[in-house]
Amino acid sequence: MRLEVKDLRVQYGKIEAIKGISFVVEQGEIVTLIGANGAGKTTTLKTISGLRPVASGQIIYDGQDISKMSAHERVNLGISQAPEGRGIFPGMTVLENLEIGKYSRKERKSEMQEDLDKVYQLFPRLKERTSQAGGTLSGGEQQMLAIGRALMARPKVLLLDEPSMGLAPMMIANIFNIITTINKELGTTILLVEQNAQQALQRANRAYVLETGNVVKTANAQDLLNDPAVRAAYLGTGAEKGHH
Amino acid sequence: MANLKNINLRDKGANLWEGWDRPKRTAFVVILIALVGLLPYGGNFSFTSILNTPSSSYQAVLVYPVGMFVLMALGLNVVVGKSGLLDLGYVAFFAIGGYTAGLLSEHTHLNTWEILPIGMAAAMFAGVLLGLPTLRLRGDYLAIVTLGFGEIVRIVALNTQSIGASTGIASIRTPPKTFGLQFDIMHSNSYFWVVLAMILLVIWMIRRFTVRRPGRAWEAIRQDEDVAILMGVPILRYKVWSFCIGAAIGGAAGVIFASKTQYVAPNMFTFNVSVLILSCVVFGGMGNMWGVILGGVILAYLPERIRFISNARQLVFGITLVVIMNLRPDGLLPRKKREKLGAAKKAGENV
Repeated sequence: MRLEVKDLRVQYGKIEAIKGISFVVEQGEIVTLIGANGAGKTTTLKTISGLRPVASGQIIYDGQDISKMSAHERVNLGISQAPEGRGIFPGMTVLENLEIGKYSRKERKSEMQEDLDKVYQLFPRLKERTSQAGGTLSGGEQQMLAIGRALMARPKVLLLDEPSMGLAPMMIANIFNIITTINKELGTTILLVEQNAQQALQRANRAYVLETGNVVKTANAQDLLNDPAVRAAYLGTGAEKGHH
Repeated sequence: MANLKNINLRDKGANLWEGWDRPKRTAFVVILIALVGLLPYGGNFSFTSILNTPSSSYQAVLVYPVGMFVLMALGLNVVVGKSGLLDLGYVAFFAIGGYTAGLLSEHTHLNTWEILPIGMAAAMFAGVLLGLPTLRLRGDYLAIVTLGFGEIVRIVALNTQSIGASTGIASIRTPPKTFGLQFDIMHSNSYFWVVLAMILLVIWMIRRFTVRRPGRAWEAIRQDEDVAILMGVPILRYKVWSFCIGAAIGGAAGVIFASKTQYVAPNMFTFNVSVLILSCVVFGGMGNMWGVILGGVILAYLPERIRFISNARQLVFGITLVVIMNLRPDGLLPRKKREKLGAAKKAGENV
């Protein structure tokens, strides 16, 4: 698995939201895109998964340009997204949500139980809630369900859109622990989009900083965590604080 | 009156049904079908004479509008209720079925049963033609385009001399004698039984679809289109499918309708019909087949039952609709709320 975005441009009408960004996600990595609201993080993910059309540039997945492919073909290739805002099906039960996560798999019958067990092992809370409607879960549980459901498709690369959004600090730590586990134990490559730069940089191998549709910086996540400019802009513990 | 909101016949019915074993269920279904099949005789006995429609033939009313509305409401429910696509031009498919029957009866020697699949295919084809470009649109836009389509079909019929323009097509053949049943103006019951058989077939078919992949896909599309895409559901394909199934049912209704009235004309296929069928779906309970059937029966039967008050009946009908929709905004028998019934059942299975 290798995902490469080359000089990608995306437009909403006449407004260019992504202005020619390039980045690479290598097999087994956690790569994070950090940046403020409106930097184009979510648009980038939506474009990779096929919800937004490409204006120009390429998305190369395993040596193949997928930028013109339909969204469901990309899912079949192993690209799976847990959408922003915990986009689960509110009127379906937890189990039904997970089952539909397998929609793209031809082997869905034979794999179903095994993968349900796998997801329940990662998220024991979901097992307690199997028959509850998705819409009645707490925010953290919905996020778990969104990630668990994405895993049901046995993705080669998992796209996570702001998994920490709107969650309590305890739950954020919990979710990020599980993301690390998914990467380490299942070997799933992860592209993580986050506003919570602190957590994202601690968990990721490499990071790209997005500002108004451009990549302005890229480095190892650890280095960025110690970068004064990044600290000032995204970690709220910047240079001024150092002077005190 | 406020209690009307909380009456939950659907869950009561479902619980009762769940409690029964197979023979009991079979017996219930057989008795129910038999009773419905005997409905045309309901006007004959003093204790059921309340069913009678004073100012129109009760047996004819059972075929059109009652049977036809139920059939079409079931078809439209696949589109609106199951997949959440607002179609305001459903009458177009009814018209295409009707005109196919008219034209083929005029120019060929095919009988109604042979025309039936052709009429359905024609309606389906129109469904694909309309669906492919328009089903990429969402919500309100789709509603407007389908509304336009319904009008276009009627206006084209109205302005095409070769299909009779405003006078339409007359002397359409009635179906041949089949299984000892005669089909003509004196034998409305035969039509009723045919429509009933079609309704049963459609119920069976939709039940099969709903528990299988297409049903899951439609449900996902209805709840959240973007997320459905992310799950790998080819949404355009399933939307077109749902459109086609709805269209085929509308087309079938059109063929039978034409063979019953023996004549079709543009003024039978107005926007009004689309709205009425949609009302059946919404009034009965969008997405729930049994609710939709109930809605179809009530909305088709009620205006005929009170026809004796002539012009005031539309007013009474309207007021009844407004009052009931206020009391039960989700319809008479709304779609299952998953967190209740479905939840309890599934939990039981998994233990």
